Amino acid sequence: MRRVILTIVGTIAGLVALLSFKSHLPTAPSAAVSTAGGTGSTSGTGSTGGTPAASSSPATVPGEFPMGSLAGQLPAGETAVNGHVATTVYGPVQIQLIMRNSKIVKVAVLQQPMNTVNDIQIGDFAFPKLIGETLTAQTAKIDAVSGASYTSAGYIKSLQSALDNGA
Amino acid sequence: MTGGQAGRLRHAEHVMGTVVSFDVPDWAGEALGQAVRWLHQVDRTFSPYLADSDVSRFGAGELSLAHCAPELTEVLEACAAVSALSGGYFTTRPGGRFDPSGYVKGWAIERAAAMITAAGSAEHSVNGGGDVQCVGDRGSGQPWRIGIADPLRPGALALVVAGRDFAVATSGVAERGPHIVNPHTGEPATDLASVTVVGPGLTLTDAYATAAFAMGSGARDWVESLDGYEAFAITSRGADWQTSGFRAYLT
Repeated sequence: MRRVILTIVGTIAGLVALLSFKSHLPTAPSAAVSTAGGTGSTSGTGSTGGTPAASSSPATVPGEFPMGSLAGQLPAGETAVNGHVATTVYGPVQIQLIMRNSKIVKVAVLQQPMNTVNDIQIGDFAFPKLIGETLTAQTAKIDAVSGASYTSAGYIKSLQSALDNGA
Repeated sequence: MTGGQAGRLRHAEHVMGTVVSFDVPDWAGEALGQAVRWLHQVDRTFSPYLADSDVSRFGAGELSLAHCAPELTEVLEACAAVSALSGGYFTTRPGGRFDPSGYVKGWAIERAAAMITAAGSAEHSVNGGGDVQCVGDRGSGQPWRIGIADPLRPGALALVVAGRDFAVATSGVAERGPHIVNPHTGEPATDLASVTVVGPGLTLTDAYATAAFAMGSGARDWVESLDGYEAFAITSRGADWQTSGFRAYLT
């Protein structure tokens, strides 16, 4: 059962911005976990009560990403999980996953930079890429990541950081 | 920062210029604390970035080996052995000054994992900034699954290796830019984007990965000659290769 349920990895305008999520299995403690760097928080709105399905089958890839939290308007069985706030050179980025039976069924954007021309690029290109990489990591079910040494500062954006927070 | 699932304890410690991630049984907190203290102790003794570390003072000629921590003698002897085995591609003077970090990190992590074993755990892993020591399996008889970061696609995995009681170390350019020098030319090694070595213990696995990266295209034959070690590499042009026994780790 120990595995990555949800991991977001994304490249935004040349930066790797990672937003990690903590899964909320019915048996797991619901305490929020703060990130090592203190740049964000992980929270969930509750457990679905369902048994998590095997994560090898592909989850739904959302075609569009509504702005603002969907937590207050979810049908029974769906849970909203907020990602870390990822700090990019263009400003903070935060997204929300809507899960059903440990699968991503929808993605909402909670924060995205709104002030510059570059933001359009972020919205158009980065989020679809981010979602795709999320699903890759979700199905990989890995325990740890081996790669060229990351710095202490780079860790917060790393996939290992998501594993430490979310498995 | 700690967290994790029921029965497990996850901890990420900022130390040695990186972050070391622990995945241990939840009752092993005391051993985890001991391992964390050990890593900070290693940092104080071996950091080339701290002016008053034994390594800095020894390198500057201010301190004789006899007055350094006894572990430095052990490390120097081991480095000399790896250097000889790798035809000089592994060096304790990668940037021209004394810096045994290419050996020390893997050694410190393997020892940290051994401390947790000594406390009675048969299932834990320690990831030192991308170099991983796995002990036992991940529980329920399932092997540990380690994603190999793709150096050419930040945030993506190149592949996943699985195993028990094994170590996985990757050297590459992804995070810090070219930083491994070919000691024979003095120039940064550029053949490979990254090379991953898999073996029993992280100390040598990590040192071999560093040597293999400096070696570049010649690393394939070299790792092939090492009993118990396998390698997977992605070249700077995006091609990849693996040694003959590497497939045993693929899932």
